[in-house]
Amino acid sequence: MSDTTEAPPTRDRPLSWQSLGRTIAGGYVPLILATLVVFVPLLWMMLSSLKAPGEIVTTNLTLLPKDPTLQNYADAASTVPFARFFLNSVIVTVVGSTIKCILAVLTAYALVFVRFPFKRAIFLLILVALMVPPQVSVLPNYVLIAGMGGLNTYWGIILPGLGTAFGTFLLRQHFLTLPPAIMESAEIDGAGHWRKLWKIVVPVSVPSIATVALVTIVSEWNEYIWPLIVTDHPDMMTLPVGLTQLVNSDGSTQNWGMLMAGAVIVLLPILVIFAALQRYIVSGLTQGAVTG
Amino acid sequence: MGRSNTHGAPATVSAAPGGMHERVHTESHGAQSSRVSVNRPPIAGIKRRRWNRKTQRDAWVFVAFAAPNVLLILLFTYRPLITNIYYSTLDWTLGSASATAVGVGNYVEFFTSPDASNVLAVTAVFTITTVGGAMILGLLVALALNQKLKGRTFARAVVFAPYVLSGVGVGLVWLFIFDPTYGVLSWILRGVGQASPQWVNDPKLALVMVTIVYVWKNLGYCAVVYLAGLQSIPTQLMEAAALDGASNVRRFLSIVVPLLSPTTFFLLITSLLSSLQAFDIIRIMTPSGNGTSTLIFDSYLQAFGSYNRAGYSAAISVVLFVGLLVMTAVQLRFVERKVHYS
Repeated sequence: MSDTTEAPPTRDRPLSWQSLGRTIAGGYVPLILATLVVFVPLLWMMLSSLKAPGEIVTTNLTLLPKDPTLQNYADAASTVPFARFFLNSVIVTVVGSTIKCILAVLTAYALVFVRFPFKRAIFLLILVALMVPPQVSVLPNYVLIAGMGGLNTYWGIILPGLGTAFGTFLLRQHFLTLPPAIMESAEIDGAGHWRKLWKIVVPVSVPSIATVALVTIVSEWNEYIWPLIVTDHPDMMTLPVGLTQLVNSDGSTQNWGMLMAGAVIVLLPILVIFAALQRYIVSGLTQGAVTG
Repeated sequence: MGRSNTHGAPATVSAAPGGMHERVHTESHGAQSSRVSVNRPPIAGIKRRRWNRKTQRDAWVFVAFAAPNVLLILLFTYRPLITNIYYSTLDWTLGSASATAVGVGNYVEFFTSPDASNVLAVTAVFTITTVGGAMILGLLVALALNQKLKGRTFARAVVFAPYVLSGVGVGLVWLFIFDPTYGVLSWILRGVGQASPQWVNDPKLALVMVTIVYVWKNLGYCAVVYLAGLQSIPTQLMEAAALDGASNVRRFLSIVVPLLSPTTFFLLITSLLSSLQAFDIIRIMTPSGNGTSTLIFDSYLQAFGSYNRAGYSAAISVVLFVGLLVMTAVQLRFVERKVHYS
């Protein structure tokens, strides 16, 4: 006994101030609490979307739906063109993110690997754009796009958001870390910029490009203020805008079952993507903090 | 950051052609005449011409690669800043072809009318409480996540998740929870014998409601950034202090807080910027902006809501942008300082 108490004095010390009970109180309880605070509202949304109207419009709450039904989803789809909203969101997200990623890769490559006299000024221009909130440019862009006939069109929704400062910045930071040796060997082979970009830089930068792509997809999918302003025809609305219609059309008493079904449709795809690829998304979104 | 070690190598390599390039530009006429001049070694002439061609080709490649993105940014990010200044001098309804020039009238109104000072007050309250709330709670969650516990990677992901979700979807979920009759919150309050307040209809409570939801959505970001900061604190430092008999609280205040100050400052600025831009949650939870009209939301309502005052809306945007500019300038100064510091 005396041997064991004497032998590990260093191990004894942390145990003395962080006993098991304190570990649970100070460690697991806050952790579980934080997890539940995030998790429970989302779980409540899912469960509610599967409940029959009688189980929602009641002051006697039950946790689980008595017999799960997709009625709310069907109701939502018959009140507003929900499938169309979903399709519009998918089109806007896929087209917008693809173009943005290509633009970001090209610009970042140019900024890092191509000689040009005003590179620093152009980089600064992009960096400052990162800090201009999109909301303050909404009115002038609306006037411009409306004047070009872009209201209620896909290109009108997509075009003003295509210039990408975030993706360019993130990829530039990554390209700067690539060893110069791999580019030099290609130069000796006489490869042009186009080949160096697609044969060398892009293949070794897949994780970074994936990060930019995921962050872009998430923000395109969630984008609200611009599509809200630029569309007023239901056939052209994206999901977040269409959900707004669902709230407005009901007047004072909300059809919560239908609204929760709508919320599931807009939140679930991103939740699934996040669950599968959270490492990339978290690192992409916190990049400024870690590097800057 | 622009002069990191990895950047150092290519920078020195490209310095020579860069310098060469400048000379080529200034002596471009000289380069052609150098064929006739005898005193120049021929090899240098060939070398310079090759650089010239390569630089020119590079310039075209650069333009082809970067121009689309740069032009889009100029057109849809920078141009609006200038157009807004022009619009802000007009008395103008969106969609109408005619407008009256009113000079600085919109600004005078903004800084003198009681409605506008209410908007400023709401913005200040919303910004301070959301930034403070998300940062303090974020730090607490980060401290919990920083322990070597099972499942902390999972917890980190869960806590971060709301940050990537649609503000509209999140707003709807919470609107249901806050519903005075059928919401979970009213059910809990009834359980303890309280009547649920009218969250949406009471202007003060509406602001409390959107603040809570906004903090819920954003504290995960603060937590993850703080966690990265905590993990960069050398463990030897904490161990040494523990050996010296410093208590947990003492170690937190004397070591963790000072070493986290760059992270705190970074989060303060980024959170301020994003709180001032908060739109989705406010728009979906309180469409009329009763008690929740922040600068950005009032600017939206003035132009696209029922007020039909696009000129005034532009003036608010300009005021907001100038405010954000000042804060960004502070941040850039700080980043500079931090680079010197480390």
